[in-house]
Amino acid sequence: MSAPSVVPKDASQDRQKRMIAAHFDRLAEVEERGEKAVYTFVPGNLTELLLSFGVAPVLPEINALQSGMRGLSKDYIARAEKDGHSEDVCTYVKCDIGMSRGGNVGPTGKRLPKPDLLLLSYTGCFTFLKWFELLREEYDAPTAMLHVPYQGGGTITDAMRKYVVDQLKSKVIPALERITGRAYDEDLLSEHLARSAKAEDDLVHVLESARHRPSPIDAYFGGVYYIGPIFTAFRGTEDAVDYYAELRAEIDERVRLGLGPVTPDGELEKERYRVVVEGPPNWTSFREFWRMFVDEGAVVVASTYTKVGGVYDNGFRHDPSRPLESLAEYCLGCYTNLDLPTRVDMLSRYVTDYEADGFLINSVKSCNSFSAGQLLILRQVEERTGRPGGFIESDLVDPRYFSAANIKNRLESYFQMIEQKRSRGDAR
Amino acid sequence: MTHAHDDLSGLLSHAEELYRDTSFSAVRAWKRRTGGLALGFMPIYVPRELLAAQDVLPVGLMGGGEMEIIRGDAYYQSYICHIPRSTIELGLNGSLDALDGVVFPAICDVIRNLSGMWTMLFPGKLVHYLDVPQDFDPAVGGAFYRDDLLHLSRKIVAHGGRPLETERLRAAIVAYNRANGLVRELYELRREQPWKVPTHELYLLLRAGLVVPVDEQIAMLERYLAFVEDDDERRPMDQARVLLTGSFCEQPPLGLIKTLERTGCYIVDDDFVQVGRWIRHDVPTEGDPLDALVEAFLHDAIASPTRWCESEAKGADLVRRVEHSGAEGVIFCAPSFCDPALLDQPMTVAAVERAGIPWTAFKYAENAGQFQVIREQAGTFADSIKLWSGA
Repeated sequence: MSAPSVVPKDASQDRQKRMIAAHFDRLAEVEERGEKAVYTFVPGNLTELLLSFGVAPVLPEINALQSGMRGLSKDYIARAEKDGHSEDVCTYVKCDIGMSRGGNVGPTGKRLPKPDLLLLSYTGCFTFLKWFELLREEYDAPTAMLHVPYQGGGTITDAMRKYVVDQLKSKVIPALERITGRAYDEDLLSEHLARSAKAEDDLVHVLESARHRPSPIDAYFGGVYYIGPIFTAFRGTEDAVDYYAELRAEIDERVRLGLGPVTPDGELEKERYRVVVEGPPNWTSFREFWRMFVDEGAVVVASTYTKVGGVYDNGFRHDPSRPLESLAEYCLGCYTNLDLPTRVDMLSRYVTDYEADGFLINSVKSCNSFSAGQLLILRQVEERTGRPGGFIESDLVDPRYFSAANIKNRLESYFQMIEQKRSRGDAR
Repeated sequence: MTHAHDDLSGLLSHAEELYRDTSFSAVRAWKRRTGGLALGFMPIYVPRELLAAQDVLPVGLMGGGEMEIIRGDAYYQSYICHIPRSTIELGLNGSLDALDGVVFPAICDVIRNLSGMWTMLFPGKLVHYLDVPQDFDPAVGGAFYRDDLLHLSRKIVAHGGRPLETERLRAAIVAYNRANGLVRELYELRREQPWKVPTHELYLLLRAGLVVPVDEQIAMLERYLAFVEDDDERRPMDQARVLLTGSFCEQPPLGLIKTLERTGCYIVDDDFVQVGRWIRHDVPTEGDPLDALVEAFLHDAIASPTRWCESEAKGADLVRRVEHSGAEGVIFCAPSFCDPALLDQPMTVAAVERAGIPWTAFKYAENAGQFQVIREQAGTFADSIKLWSGA
C-alpha cells in the first residue's frame, strides 16, 4: 500500500515509500539472491513467522490494489475475463490472474518472483480459497492451507485457537521448513512478535487520535496509508517500529497544533462532518473518491477497512510469550472474520466514541465477505446510534463499477441530510 | 403422516406438493404430531443424523424457488445471488416460523454472513454456523469438526432437544444410510437407463426428502424405485447424455430442468441437493458413531467447489464423473453471482477441455421464468453432441 504523492508530504510517508520500493526491489531479485517467495493474504497474514524463516512475502491483494491505483487493473481484468473468468466474481482475483498471465510484472514495473509456496491463510474470505487454487494452477506451486474458523458465535473458543495452532504446527511450519531448509526458531519468531506489539501500540494511538476535534487524520483514505506497513510485509520488522514511531510523533504534533488531516489537496482547513466508514475503498478512482469527501469538509474518523488486516483497538497485541497462540488469535480476530452482530457492535461503538455525525457504507461488488449483510448493518447501526447512515456502491479495482456522478450525488445528498438534521437540532 | 402412493403419478404429485410448499406445512404437521424441534439447514451438507438422533427434524432450506420477493431484496445488493434473498423473505413472511432455528454450513461468504443476519433478525432462534474443516487430518480438522458438532448438539439441548446418545445416533446413521443408499441407487439407475428416471422426477423426490422425516423419505424413494423399475413403457429416446454441474447451492427452477430434458438432454449426473450424496458410501455403524460421521466427512466426501482441493488437480473428479456416468458433454450451470461455482469454473472447464469433453455454460437464478435462450443453447449443444460425437 504505497502512498501516491500527497501534498504536503510527511517524513513518515517518505519513509513508507522507501520501504515499499525496497520491498519490490527485493522481490525482483529473490531468485538471484537464492531467497524464497511466499504468496499469502493480508487478513490472517503470518508475517512474523515468514520473517523468522527469511522468506519474502508477496501479497496478491496488494498487487491488485496497487494495479488499480496505477490504472493497470482494467486491462488485467479484461484479460482474465477473456480467458473465461466470470464477470460476477472478485476483481482482485481477476486482476491478479491477468497480471500473472501478462508476465507477472508487478505494479512498480518490476517482475515478481514465482511462488515457492502458496500460503493460504483462509481468514474471513471464502474467495481466498478459490484464489489460491487458481494460482496453484498458474504456477504449479506447493500450497499450505491454514483454515481459520469464522467467529460465528461472536467469540474465539479454545477449540478454534487449538485448531489454528495445530495447523501451524502440522502444516504451515513444516511447509516453510521444507522450502527453506531451515528449522523453526521460536525465539526468533518471538523477537519479531515483540516488535509487532510495539508498532501496534503506535498504530492504535494514531487511529484513536481521530477522537480529537478537529481530527488530525482521515481514518479511511489516510488510514489506508497508515495500515500499509503493518498489514503487509513489515509487521515485526524494525522498519515498521520506526515508521509507526515517526508517524505517531507527526500525528501528536498535528494534535498539538490543532490541525486537520492531510488530504490530496493539502490540509483540510475546516472539519464540517465526522463520519465512520464501513467497507473497502475504491482503488481505481481513489483520489477522486477522497476529494468528494474533502469538498464537503467530511473527515472519516473511524473505519472498518483499517481493521481488515488486524483489529488492534480492542486491546489485542501480538504476544511474544505465546507466539503461536498469539498468531492464531490474530488470525481469528481480523475484521471480516467477525460475525455480523459483532461488526454492528463495533460500528456503533465507533459512531459513538468518535462522536461521528453518521456513518457510510461503501459497498464493493467484489467482496461478499464485506458486502453481504451490509444493508442490515446499516439499519441496525442507525437504530442503535440514532445517527443517519448512507450507502454507496463501487468496486475494488474494476473501473467499470465506479460511477463518479452517482457517488458524488449520493454523498452530497447524504451530507445535506446531516445538515438538515443539525438545523432541526436532532443531530449532534 | 404417511401417504399411500398407490401409483407413480400420486407419488410425484405428493413430492411436488412438498417441493412447492414454501409454508412448510409438512414440518408444521410433524411438529404438531410429535412436539419435536425442527431445524432448518442451508445447502450443501449438514450431518442430519446428529439432528435426528436428538429428535430434531432436519429441514432443508433451498430458497424460495419462483416465489415473489418483496422484502428480501431490500437486504441485498443487486450483485448478490438469489438464495439469501428468498431465505430472508421466507423468514420475514412467517413461512419459517415452524423452525426452531437454522444451521448455516460453511459454503461461501454470503451464507456465512446470513448466519449473523439470522441472529439479528430472529432473536431467540437457534443459529449455528457449522464451520466444516478444510484441514482433513483427523487429529486436527477432525478434532475441530467433532467439537463443533458437539457444540451444535449442546445448543439443541439448550433449546429443548433430547441429549445426544450413542445408540440413538447409531440408529439415525442406519436410517440415513438407507435413505442415502436409495438416492445413490436411483442415480445409478438413471445413469444406466436415464429414460426410466427423468431428472425432473428424481429432483422432486430429492427436494421432498428435505422436509419429511427420514422414514417417510425412505418410503417415498422405495416406492418410486419400484414403480420405475417395473415401468416398461419408459423407453429410450435419442437424447444426448450430459452431466450438469455448478447447481449445488441455489437450485435451478424445475422448469429449467424440464427444459433441458425437452431439448434433448438426458441428465446422467448432477450437483442438485447434495446433502444425501455428500458422503459417498454408507457411514460405518461400528465403533463410535460421532467419530464415524467425522471420518466420513473428512475422507469420504465428494469433491466440491466449497471444499479445499488438497491433493489432486482441480477438475479431476469432474472428469472421472463424466467417465463413470457415460456423459457425452458437460453443462456448467451455476447460479448468477455464485462465488464457489464461478471461481471454480475456469479450472474445471480447463480439465474437461484437456480431456476432450464438449461443454457449454450458462447461468440462472432460482426464480428465472424464461428459458428460451437456455432452450436454444442446450438444444444446440445436444444436437452437436449427437451429430459430432464419436458415438
